[in-house]
Amino acid sequence: MEWSDDALVLGSRRLGESGLVFDVLSREHGRQSALVYGAGSASRKIRPQAGDGVSVVWRGRLAQSLGHFSLFELVRPRAALAMQSGLGLTGLNALLDMAREAVPEGPSLPGVHDGANVVLDALGDPDLWPALYIRWEAGLLEALGYGLDLGQCALTGSSEDLAFVSPKSGRAASRSAAAPFADKLLALPGFLLDSGAPMEVNDLADGFALTGYFLERRVFDPLGKSLPESRTRAIVKLCLR
Amino acid sequence: MRLAGFGFRLWRSDESGLGVRMKRQTAGPELERLVTLIAKLPGLGPRSARRVALFLLKKRDVLMIPLAEALMLAAEKVRPCGTCGNFDAIDPCAVCMDSGRDPGLICVVEDVADLWALERASAIRGRYHVLGGVLSALDGVRPQDLRIDSLVARATLPEMREIILAMNATIDGQTTALYLTERLAYLPVRITRLAQGVPVGGELDHLDEGTLLAALTSRREF
Repeated sequence: MEWSDDALVLGSRRLGESGLVFDVLSREHGRQSALVYGAGSASRKIRPQAGDGVSVVWRGRLAQSLGHFSLFELVRPRAALAMQSGLGLTGLNALLDMAREAVPEGPSLPGVHDGANVVLDALGDPDLWPALYIRWEAGLLEALGYGLDLGQCALTGSSEDLAFVSPKSGRAASRSAAAPFADKLLALPGFLLDSGAPMEVNDLADGFALTGYFLERRVFDPLGKSLPESRTRAIVKLCLR
Repeated sequence: MRLAGFGFRLWRSDESGLGVRMKRQTAGPELERLVTLIAKLPGLGPRSARRVALFLLKKRDVLMIPLAEALMLAAEKVRPCGTCGNFDAIDPCAVCMDSGRDPGLICVVEDVADLWALERASAIRGRYHVLGGVLSALDGVRPQDLRIDSLVARATLPEMREIILAMNATIDGQTTALYLTERLAYLPVRITRLAQGVPVGGELDHLDEGTLLAALTSRREF
């Protein structure tokens, strides 16, 4: 079997003395690990890093085989740029750890791949990437089958003044209708509904709390895992900026 | 009869019925063990290991016995330095004991091999601290697995002025550098890291885009 695709490098591990098994999130073929012969040898001094965009050709006897990448070419070198700032590196690690822990091998998740590319391309702009990252987490929830319904109020059906999300159903609620039990609901930051909405530190914290709540309970708890530490570090770093 | 298709092959001579191919014993257990151990060295496989073992046996007096003695002596005497983590037969090591080095400057490296590389270049006039690896979520390496607490303890010494983070330009290396920066932020110590960019003798045409981006980002006045 053989296929070619664009992919995002999630990580790598050594296999033998000179082989590296790269773990990638490909656009059309989902998450895939495969061997790159000679990539770990001392003579090959530079190799794609986690976070880089690559063009790959995968070959294997069966779809389930480990297989190998006969082409593994760097096309979007983002890791080098992320390394230039602490905040960018923190964001890169948070996204990669989240993808490694939450994205299963097998299904094609083009939205998750494309969204991750958008976030990673924006890592140089610390005012932009946190909001994109939170939107990507909301997209990840949706791709995994646990999407939030933020289109209209679950109580009134209105799409105006949405300010809360039910922790049970994941559906939005308007400020006025949800006022009596607001303390039991999760805050819905405006930038998740409107990309042009102003974004303060509190909004970021609310956004991380919202997606983190559902990721933890619906994705991580059933797997017996906890949310990645790097995500927590990113939140602390962003909120203390 | 010939069987195939299970990831291995089994041959049997049709004429005699005796020819089941088996591994033949070509050397005694002593030599087999020597070959097996040599084959565990980096860069050597079983074939090369046999060649090395044969070479050693032919040079018994001039190489094999001195090598065995040197290995025994190193195994007995050489230990990681209690201060910096470098390998030496004395503790503190020769680098830490060198009074000509600046006691206010520490260069943090991932591995002893990196320390040796910097020493070859005579680039550091201070001392070193070997972390023993880098943080890695993928490999499960946590801060407590590295020699970070001892670095923080050294950094609090009153004479300390600068800490150079000479980590590899990889995501794990730079993430470790970032973690160390945050751990040491409360100290009145200058924290720097190595530049990233065009290597001496390198041609722009042959550089990967990541290195070019890093070089452009950290350009400076000429």
